[in-house]
Amino acid sequence: MHKEAAIREPLILGHKTYHDITEDVCRPIEDKAPRMWYILFGIALIIGLYGVGCILYLLGTGIGVWGLNKTIGWAWDITNFVWWVGIGHAGTLISAVLLLFRQKWRMAINRSAEAMTIFAVFMAGLFPLIHMGRLWVGYWTLPLPNQFGSLWVNFNSPLLWDVFAISTYLSVSLVFWYIGLIPDFATIRDRAKKPVAKKMYSILSFGWSGRAKHWNRFELVSLVLAGLATPLVFSVHSIVSFDFATSVIPGWHTTIFPPYFVAGAVFSGFAMVQTLMLIMRKAMGLEAYIHTKHVEYMNIVIMVTGSIVGTAYITELFISWYSGVEYESYAFINRATGPYWWAYWSMMTCNVISPQLMWFRKLRRSLLFTFIISIVVNIGMWFERYVIIVTSIHRDYIPGAWSMHYPSHIDLGVYVGTIGLFFVFFLLFARYFPVLALNEVKTILKSSGESYKNAPDHHDHSEESHSNH
Amino acid sequence: MAEKVIYAMYDDDDVLKDGAKKLVAKGVKISEVFSPFPIHGIDPIIGIKNTRLGIMAFLYGLTGLLLATIGMRFFMVVDWPMNIGGKPNFSYLDNMLAFIPITFEFTVLCAAHGMAITYLLRNKTLPGMPAQNPDPRTTDDKFVIEIRLSENDKFTSDELEGMLKETGLIELDQKEIK
Repeated sequence: MHKEAAIREPLILGHKTYHDITEDVCRPIEDKAPRMWYILFGIALIIGLYGVGCILYLLGTGIGVWGLNKTIGWAWDITNFVWWVGIGHAGTLISAVLLLFRQKWRMAINRSAEAMTIFAVFMAGLFPLIHMGRLWVGYWTLPLPNQFGSLWVNFNSPLLWDVFAISTYLSVSLVFWYIGLIPDFATIRDRAKKPVAKKMYSILSFGWSGRAKHWNRFELVSLVLAGLATPLVFSVHSIVSFDFATSVIPGWHTTIFPPYFVAGAVFSGFAMVQTLMLIMRKAMGLEAYIHTKHVEYMNIVIMVTGSIVGTAYITELFISWYSGVEYESYAFINRATGPYWWAYWSMMTCNVISPQLMWFRKLRRSLLFTFIISIVVNIGMWFERYVIIVTSIHRDYIPGAWSMHYPSHIDLGVYVGTIGLFFVFFLLFARYFPVLALNEVKTILKSSGESYKNAPDHHDHSEESHSNH
Repeated sequence: MAEKVIYAMYDDDDVLKDGAKKLVAKGVKISEVFSPFPIHGIDPIIGIKNTRLGIMAFLYGLTGLLLATIGMRFFMVVDWPMNIGGKPNFSYLDNMLAFIPITFEFTVLCAAHGMAITYLLRNKTLPGMPAQNPDPRTTDDKFVIEIRLSENDKFTSDELEGMLKETGLIELDQKEIK
């Protein structure tokens, strides 16, 4: 068995047994949902349905109901798209990249982070689709033989690369997530007492029986999927950034975009994981599995990626001056001092200053502080996309075409609606799915569980570890 | 034909592993181990070979790579070359850079889904399949060794049970399966 240094903080607190882990994760699923769940679900559902209503109105009327105009052809729609895709980066990063690096703390959070990812990518995918206005011709983005010649889609276009990148990312993440879920569904199936639940979970668990050969395959499939998903995580947001970077709009055609977008995506994704996880651990009584150390690890990721983002902002600013291209310089001066100065400085405050506070150990281990910062970061990341998209195009080359973007109530309704739908999905997940990879967590109990770590039988240095504490 | 099977249940993965080691040393053939999570190191003891799904993933990936290359060459060079500012559109090599993102995505798509489907088919874990673990607790905190009498004709069932009882098990069960 793999040994771990005694001074490393345990990942599972308290004196848990294998059975306790099963109990702790399955109880919230088997018990009646608390009243709070119904209240939150009701609120999310109402907001989500309002969003669906706005989308239907948009499809019936045309995208003129958004606040777009001749100069500003992309605004909230693409801002929201990039924002949601960015949020959808943490899950696969946690489950794939951290698996390759053998980070055990990922096991407590990977399941719900991946669920969050999948739901966020659903929300993201909605925006380009409804932006087509004619949703029913969405299949035109696929290279299908057709009666126009046959005229194919343009494989040179980053917008088409995006279609492939997002759909590959979504479907591979979904498969990765589900393969991990199968053994945990089997655990719930074998505990279920009500016939309907038993039937449902036995369908969902695909007849998993936990044979040694199956576990052998399971571990390899997880590893290979992680290896495949890792470059995917980086490619998806790189390709999203190409949507802008390959254009000739000052403020957009920047070679720094791919790494800067990827860092920003991980930054906002982890912030969303923190927001959800801090509530979930409390509501579902999972404090022993997701505790301060996990929060601290995630805060360090937020700090590092936030610093990369901050460096990218400053580099961009410097290069716009150093390049000597006046259009480029103007785009950036206009961002900071033009009519959208408030958006620019919100972005700077939320994304550059707030992650730097994580250098203080006290702050990054404070749950309340983390919760506040996680929301601040996501507000900042929304403004980042808004600043990049709207401020770069609202002042065209001809001053006569200069314009401002004012969101309509449909813009607002669709955006808020996606947040509602996201929470509808996440709450359903938390109610019916195992929110912790419970069988994977059992594999680290002996090496990283508190009671085993400090037990003299299992540890050579237990004496020292006691005196250290 | 009905077959006699012995199930020995343990409550710790390490105890099971040590027990399995002793049994195999005595010449007992262990036909299966059921556990709630992967027991690292059990495979070589009970004679399970490493899976070859990794090779399959590579082959599926290669298929995706080829399909994407052939497809984009056909769409963009052979069938309908696009005139983009008069740039050369008659050779795949000159245009390849723009095709790399989709080639990569499609390779990953085929490798991941091909492997996942193969995995489910090989395991016979598919929607609607019945559970086959001998005890519902093996997906919670219990670990079971399965020994088939037909595969151990050197020993009688009493001898096998005697050997199993020395390995620290918590429950012993005999069943007839088809």
